[in-house]
Amino acid sequence: MSSLETADHPEKLNRVVIEPLTRVEGHGKVTLLQDNDGHIRQARLHIVEFRGFEKFIQGRPYWELPVLVQRLCGICPVSHHLAAAKATDMLVGTQQLTPTAEKIRRLMHYGQTMQSHALHFFHLCSPDLLFGFDDEVRHRNIVGVIEDYPEIARQGVLLRKYGQEVIRLTSGKRIHGTGAIPGGVNKSLDRHEIDYLLKDIDQMIRWGKDAVELIKRIFFEHEAYHLAFATIDSNMLGMIGDNGAFELYAGGLRARDRDGKLLFDHVDATRYTDYIREEVKNWTYMKFPFIDSIGPENGWYRVGPLARVNNCDFFATPLAENERQVFRQLASGKPVQATLGYHWARLIELLYCTEAIKELLHDPDISGTELMSRGEMQGCGVGVLEAPRGTLIHHYEIDDEGIVTRANLIVSTTNNNQAMNESIRQVASTWLDGNELTEPLLNQIEVAIRAYDPCLSCATHAMGKMPLEITLVNAKGEVIDRLEKGATGLIRRALV
Amino acid sequence: MSGEKTFILDGKPIAFEDGDTIMDAALRAGEYIPHLCHNPEFTPHGSCRICMVEVDGRQVSACTFPAAEGSGVVNDSDQLTAQRRSLLQMLFVEGNHICPGCEKSGACQLQAVAYYTGMLALDFTHFFPRRSVDASHPDAVIDFNRCILCELCVRASREVDKKNLFSISGRGINSHLVIDSPTGKLGDSAFAATDKAMHVCPVGAILPRHTAYNTPVGKRLYDRQPVNMVGDVAGYEETDER
Ligand code: SF4
Repeated sequence: MSSLETADHPEKLNRVVIEPLTRVEGHGKVTLLQDNDGHIRQARLHIVEFRGFEKFIQGRPYWELPVLVQRLCGICPVSHHLAAAKATDMLVGTQQLTPTAEKIRRLMHYGQTMQSHALHFFHLCSPDLLFGFDDEVRHRNIVGVIEDYPEIARQGVLLRKYGQEVIRLTSGKRIHGTGAIPGGVNKSLDRHEIDYLLKDIDQMIRWGKDAVELIKRIFFEHEAYHLAFATIDSNMLGMIGDNGAFELYAGGLRARDRDGKLLFDHVDATRYTDYIREEVKNWTYMKFPFIDSIGPENGWYRVGPLARVNNCDFFATPLAENERQVFRQLASGKPVQATLGYHWARLIELLYCTEAIKELLHDPDISGTELMSRGEMQGCGVGVLEAPRGTLIHHYEIDDEGIVTRANLIVSTTNNNQAMNESIRQVASTWLDGNELTEPLLNQIEVAIRAYDPCLSCATHAMGKMPLEITLVNAKGEVIDRLEKGATGLIRRALV
Repeated sequence: MSGEKTFILDGKPIAFEDGDTIMDAALRAGEYIPHLCHNPEFTPHGSCRICMVEVDGRQVSACTFPAAEGSGVVNDSDQLTAQRRSLLQMLFVEGNHICPGCEKSGACQLQAVAYYTGMLALDFTHFFPRRSVDASHPDAVIDFNRCILCELCVRASREVDKKNLFSISGRGINSHLVIDSPTGKLGDSAFAATDKAMHVCPVGAILPRHTAYNTPVGKRLYDRQPVNMVGDVAGYEETDER
């Protein structure tokens, strides 16, 4: 853990606050404490989210969980829909989903991973990566991308749209559908729906491939910088298929240490509490999970695309597998620890999803009629899957009447909590020096956070319009500098 | 047939028989008058006030007012629609009707009538009452958050099931549905899944267990056609389609 988490005498330090963070999902803030020489002494990412959700579903019937809990989020609700559905499968005693149910759910999940990754890369991050972190803020946004790179922007929009169409046809709606129900699904796909999706899938695969080429080009243009920026050494956690294949929906948990050595493998994900514990800190509402066997100090880990692509032995689809091999060469056998490698890994996953969707569309099971299987009711259900942002855990307990009595949700962003903090500390100590604040400098902090694609919950529609205020207070508590960004994106220095 | 008795509903002649209410005759003629507490199988109740129409300039509830030869009845007017919307809004704010998470969504008569009258938002403040869920019965649950006190279950249990299991207790804003059992719980009552009362609730208050969301979006009752075409939820409840 970095020494920048807690300074010895915070009261003697200057405080810089970046609030709210932009081009991430939801609200968060970063505080930096500098000494009088401008050295960073403390850096923290604070997030207030998910308070209450675990509480207000108590007292509701278990079958509402997949539909209710997905309302946590408007970006990847399918993750919560499916994690809750998997937990309710356990509650209704489903031993094995029917092939149709499992494949329809996978299709839904790949569709949403595709749309979420496309949104994150093209809409939220491509402005930083295409124009540079210090590009003029008025230009460094999706509108700038549309103006300068119309074809890239168009592909981003259409990739996302395709993913949303997959979600609509499998769950009934683009956002907040009802497709997955305890023990199965409520619909399969008919011929007409399959043909509709098949029509454009080859184009999507091509664009998925182009997206990986694009990120490789960007990465290698400034390779040393991209390898070093916000880079930290961490353990990696993610789901894995039985044979070591890349897996998003169902499998065991695998964790590797900083050097790639296995910490545990093929662990039954429903027994996550035997392996992962959570620490609470007094300065943020978000918990800090860690691998129990290593302890809170060094047991923190990263989840999400970087961890998954590092962790798996291979991708089951050919194009994604080729790209995985190129990616892994970055660290010659060890895990790639470059934080900006998240973008690259994310786009390999997007490519994988397009290939996997095509395979499923040719599988006769997706138009099957056996949708449900249930057994004896159970009192406890755990659903784990890989959401676009990483490992997502839903854990519920119900009483004899089927009413929810307890819920615990460990969301992907919480898993990455410590890692995001470590990354901003790395950036703060490397780049933020001196009292003069500039927007591009502070954007670097945000670039580091954005790489993780955190879902600080559901405010993306305000993207680019969030007001941003950065204040520097000196050791005497005097405000010595303040920058303000208005809703128009215009930045002005409030104090001169 | 000459000699047939008629009244005029929104300019159209509607035939009726002696003893018919305006609602009876209109339903038989395929004319929709929005309603919630009415179901032709049970004694009319006239409590929800959604079916208020104007007969020769005076407002009456269509489900209880007798049809009369030659009278002029206004059902479809801006003023009546606005009044119905207000009544519906009051029902929405008085209980906890959270459509996005409700399994009855898409097959809920309250929601369907609200859409039909163009109710898109609420002008009143939510009461957010604290109400319970009774999940004590092996085949059914009652979510009191969604009860609109239409008394259809009360009438079904009394008139068809002959069990008299439900009644409304309290007055005014404190009115609430009560169950006749030693504990007040459904599980300790004589209620059975085969009861008529199981199938008449127009909202998501009385629900069968384990079947939530089985019908995909797009295939639910009011996804297919609006309430004025497809009619009440009660008929649909008793089919296997849901
Ligand atoms: S439970 Fe349903 S049928 Fe019974 S009074 Fe309430 S809303 Fe009407």
